[in-house]
Amino acid sequence: MKIHKRKVSAIVYLIVLALFATFAAWAITDNKNLFVTVSMNGLTIAALYFLVAIGFTLIFGLLKNVNLTHGSLYLLGAYLGYTVADLSGSWLVGVAVGTFGVGIVGFLLQVLVFRHMQNQELQQALVTIAISVILADLMLWGWGSDIYQLDPPDWMYGAVAIPVIGKYSIYKLFILGFSISVGLGLWLLLNKTYLGVMIRAGVDDQQMLSAMGVNVHVVFALTFAIGAAIAGLSGVIGGSLMSITPGEDTRYLLASLVVVIVGGMGSIIGTALGAILIGLSEQYGLAYAPTYGVIFTFIIMAAVLIARPQGLLGRE
Amino acid sequence: MKITKFRRVLTVVSTLTIAGFSFSAQAEDEIKVGLLATLEGPFTVLGQDAIRGAELALMEWKGMAGGKKIVFVKGSSNAQPDSAVNATRKLVEQDKVDLMIGPLSGSEGVAVKNYSRTQPQITFINGSSGGQETTLVDPSPNFFRFNLDGAQVMAPLGSYAYDKGFKRTMIIAEDYSFPYSQVQGFMSGFCKAGGKVPKKAWVPVGNKDFSSVIASIPEDVDSILVVLAGADAVNFMRQYEQAGGDKPFIAGSVMVDQTVLSYKGKRRDALIGTLSSGWTADKLDTPEWNKFVAEYRKSFDDAFPAPSFFAFAYYSNVKAMLEALDQVNGDLSDGQAKFRNALQNLQLQTPVGLITLDENRHAVGPAFITEIIKNDEGDLVSEVVQTVPKIDQKLNLSAAEFDAMGIGSRESPSCP
Repeated sequence: MKIHKRKVSAIVYLIVLALFATFAAWAITDNKNLFVTVSMNGLTIAALYFLVAIGFTLIFGLLKNVNLTHGSLYLLGAYLGYTVADLSGSWLVGVAVGTFGVGIVGFLLQVLVFRHMQNQELQQALVTIAISVILADLMLWGWGSDIYQLDPPDWMYGAVAIPVIGKYSIYKLFILGFSISVGLGLWLLLNKTYLGVMIRAGVDDQQMLSAMGVNVHVVFALTFAIGAAIAGLSGVIGGSLMSITPGEDTRYLLASLVVVIVGGMGSIIGTALGAILIGLSEQYGLAYAPTYGVIFTFIIMAAVLIARPQGLLGRE
Repeated sequence: MKITKFRRVLTVVSTLTIAGFSFSAQAEDEIKVGLLATLEGPFTVLGQDAIRGAELALMEWKGMAGGKKIVFVKGSSNAQPDSAVNATRKLVEQDKVDLMIGPLSGSEGVAVKNYSRTQPQITFINGSSGGQETTLVDPSPNFFRFNLDGAQVMAPLGSYAYDKGFKRTMIIAEDYSFPYSQVQGFMSGFCKAGGKVPKKAWVPVGNKDFSSVIASIPEDVDSILVVLAGADAVNFMRQYEQAGGDKPFIAGSVMVDQTVLSYKGKRRDALIGTLSSGWTADKLDTPEWNKFVAEYRKSFDDAFPAPSFFAFAYYSNVKAMLEALDQVNGDLSDGQAKFRNALQNLQLQTPVGLITLDENRHAVGPAFITEIIKNDEGDLVSEVVQTVPKIDQKLNLSAAEFDAMGIGSRESPSCP
């Protein structure tokens, strides 16, 4: 039975790959330059989605906390980063404050909210939706509805020559490299450090870990803070690529949800795969079928939910 | 036990009823007006300016019309039709408003117009939505619009741009009814003059990443017609600059609005000289318009250098309502029949000129071809290069000619 299932999914993957190869072959003969540019755009937007979703998947996968304020944390990071960068004149200071500020908010969220409703997913979902609505209104109150735009340092602003397509934005390449490093760093943290060992142990058997003298609450609060800090960080990074406006919170919450649903909850590699699929399909959609492009994302999501409800690389 | 509970409920209910009665008694000499604008989502900045416009008109009337106090009850939508209908429904069915002003955005207008059919006792006056369909296809007897639609104001621009030397243009526009209308208005004149539009990209509202659309701009076009609003427009310009693009823009009416022109970025100066066409212009320089701008600036601390189209449209529509209320002495009896009759026959003097209604209760009035200049203070503003005093919803074409084209859509009109 299992072998049969594997065979089916192998065939499905092959069909999908063949379809993509046909499309790529057509697109390359049609206009190679456009295809490569759009693919690069897809990968950079995927890098941004990965950065946002990785905090979400960390918090859900390891702590089993459904944190629907994730988009608000992203937007809060962007606003904090903008304000601080504007006052201090330094983009890097903005990045630092956006990251740590939101990390602290995340820590407080875990201590004040989630600790009191461990393992009650419906309650968590409802409470965090409420918090995200409140946060959205507070941010509208504080920063108004103006369009903000963070400027990365000048050396990142321009374009650089790369093969085939000629000029490409340095900042986008930076995002690509940066989110790969964040992904690697997180993997190392979870798999190679003492904190990582404690986090994983706490997920498997909370009582045992606590019996061994580890303060489980501190470990969980720290993990939550790290996940939130990455959301704040991606807010500053994303706010320097595109504008910061009210409504971005739900946009990125939705993006993270779609990415982790496709990739599989709690898996770093799955999140990366999901982000790449969504990023590429979105950009191909915009370039080759702008009117109907939005549908592709949801077709992918629906297909994954039907074929593998736990996500492409999720554990059953 | 049960009885006490029952009595408690009874007390609460009766208190509420009494409160309700005293409230409606108070409401005798006031008229509640639902005011719907996009105070959330991608068009939030525009919605806020729309509210300023509505409040400006009411201030001019000192809060009273037809001997009654006018009270705004605000509602918010996010530019999506369903959210506009939900907000309107809440205002009409829960807040029990007497009149409605709104909505702001094109597809919202179509949806609210359809909803207005189910509430024949209430008069709906548009806010700033400019979709053609709203009053052209299956118009609703209690929906009135005192601003021109998106196609009307762009209609003069096509042939003007062609004469200025633009022959092949690509279209990048948001994917809903208002940009369809804007593009149709432009293309009706542009194609007729001999211009070509080889490619149209309809992007979803709220899309922030235009890099792949920009990459797909063909080499052989000499200009880009951009119909985007608010944050989307700003993102597009910034990314076009980053991608090293250098083709001139022809702009949709909301693209050269102060909501976009006030944006601080490096691409700003590249907008100087951009042609557009719209309901008004920052430097219209007539006494009526200057007075309107002065009042707007005086009344709001956090306002734009000049009122946006949305402030102007909400102002005009609210002004129409207030004038009609004055004419009928606030008489909304008999299914608001007298009031509606007054609206229908109104000769509305707006800051840009005279606006009257056609048989579909839609505005006939002036449009202005504009060009972006930089003023002495360094602000980008639009200046009038040509005025078209009167343009109707069929774009001043004959009925046969207009019907052959149909209303604007993704595919229509077409001249590749």
